[in-house]
Amino acid sequence: MCLGVPGQIKEVYELDGVRMGKVNFGGIVKEVCLEYVPEAVVGDYTIVHVGFAITRLDEESALETLKMFEELGVLEEELNPEHLE
Amino acid sequence: MKYLTEFRDNDLVQKLLYEIHQITTRPWAMMEVCGGQTHSIIRNGIDQLLPPEIELIHGPGCPVCVTPLETIDKALAIAAQPNVIFCSFGDMLRVPGSDHDLFAVKSQGGDIRIVYSPLDALKVARDNPDKQVVFFGIGFETTAPANAQALVVAKKQGLKNFSMLVSHVLVPPAIEALMQSPTCRVQAFLAAGHVCSVMGYWQYEPLAEKYHVPIVVTGFEPLDVLNGVYHAVLQLEASRHEVENAYSRAVQREGNLPAQKVMQDVFEVCDRTWRGIGMIPQSGWQLNAAYRDMDAAIRFQVGDIHTQESAICRSGEVLQGLIKPHLCPAFGKECTPSKPLGATMVSSEGACAAYYNYGRFIEHEQVAP
Ligand code: SF4
Repeated sequence: MCLGVPGQIKEVYELDGVRMGKVNFGGIVKEVCLEYVPEAVVGDYTIVHVGFAITRLDEESALETLKMFEELGVLEEELNPEHLE
Repeated sequence: MKYLTEFRDNDLVQKLLYEIHQITTRPWAMMEVCGGQTHSIIRNGIDQLLPPEIELIHGPGCPVCVTPLETIDKALAIAAQPNVIFCSFGDMLRVPGSDHDLFAVKSQGGDIRIVYSPLDALKVARDNPDKQVVFFGIGFETTAPANAQALVVAKKQGLKNFSMLVSHVLVPPAIEALMQSPTCRVQAFLAAGHVCSVMGYWQYEPLAEKYHVPIVVTGFEPLDVLNGVYHAVLQLEASRHEVENAYSRAVQREGNLPAQKVMQDVFEVCDRTWRGIGMIPQSGWQLNAAYRDMDAAIRFQVGDIHTQESAICRSGEVLQGLIKPHLCPAFGKECTPSKPLGATMVSSEGACAAYYNYGRFIEHEQVAP
């Protein structure tokens, strides 16, 4: 139940006074409550948990994290290339 | 950026694993608090790829597993009432109560509906004005904003036939209780990323300080879990104990402020019994005075509940990380996901079910005398 799933916001609208939207999860589109991500706009990615977007995903820090992984061990690799199989 | 495939990249997984092997010089035991992470770890075999020195202890962070037996029994009693439509997340239906489960109530004619979101339960209430609609509002801080919003909307719309059976649990007091236990072997925590998306991680800073334990906010994809382990090992090897955020794309220190505001409007802190663990002070949320009229436990006087746990189930020890699931004598024998004796065998986030579903029991049968 606790698994939040990332998806992309495709549409934002209001329904009975609540900020809602359509979110695409790899092809499956669901209606999601967007009350808790007031800053999120169409095109943003968000983590959805039991029908609620709980956070907007930050592309910049995602790329930074991936870059950090890329760079791991680069120094050792240069000094001792046969380390990585 | 899709935020999924990138964080499952096998080359990067290998790199990170190599790095973790390089920096690990001593045995370390760390706990992943969240059942979603346990699931990811077992599914991806991460525990078997890590250096043998690193032991992952599976924590109590599965809401299905820790919802108190008394609350399950109350749910069963409410759901069996004739004028009630009982709405729940699907994984609660098989959780064993003292002598049956919600599936049994359903097969005896109870109107039980599986919903994806608490807002779906509101729709059921609007569509059935002559019925009482009850939503089973359980979960950690991740589910609480959704449940709180449903209550706010129900109040605003004046839905008189909607109520919630609430049993929310909170992570930081559970970490504190684990650290205070004399049997605790945990040297570092991987904190549950999505709980922190909602609540932030500032609440963990005093805990890291008080118990000299590194706490690393960790996500759910294989690279996220490894990144959490990597930062925890770096700290342990350097005798540091800080709160670090290894899931920065989804978590900020202060958390989700609009969500926190709504939860404050609806809930108040209470003592909470965790199934298999016992009472942990100030570790739950219940409805506050403004919303108490929507508390299903009050609206439906379900009478005295006498709870009775299975005599052979050891899920309490599993939840506290004292034994691994396959060491329970009933594991894979009397107890399987289709016939669970304990809640940890029900949800895919429960440690027993994760071990069973990914075939860890086979290993046990080979090892067993
Ligand atoms: S295997 Fe079944 S009986 Fe044993 S601890 Fe897990 S849930 Fe309980």
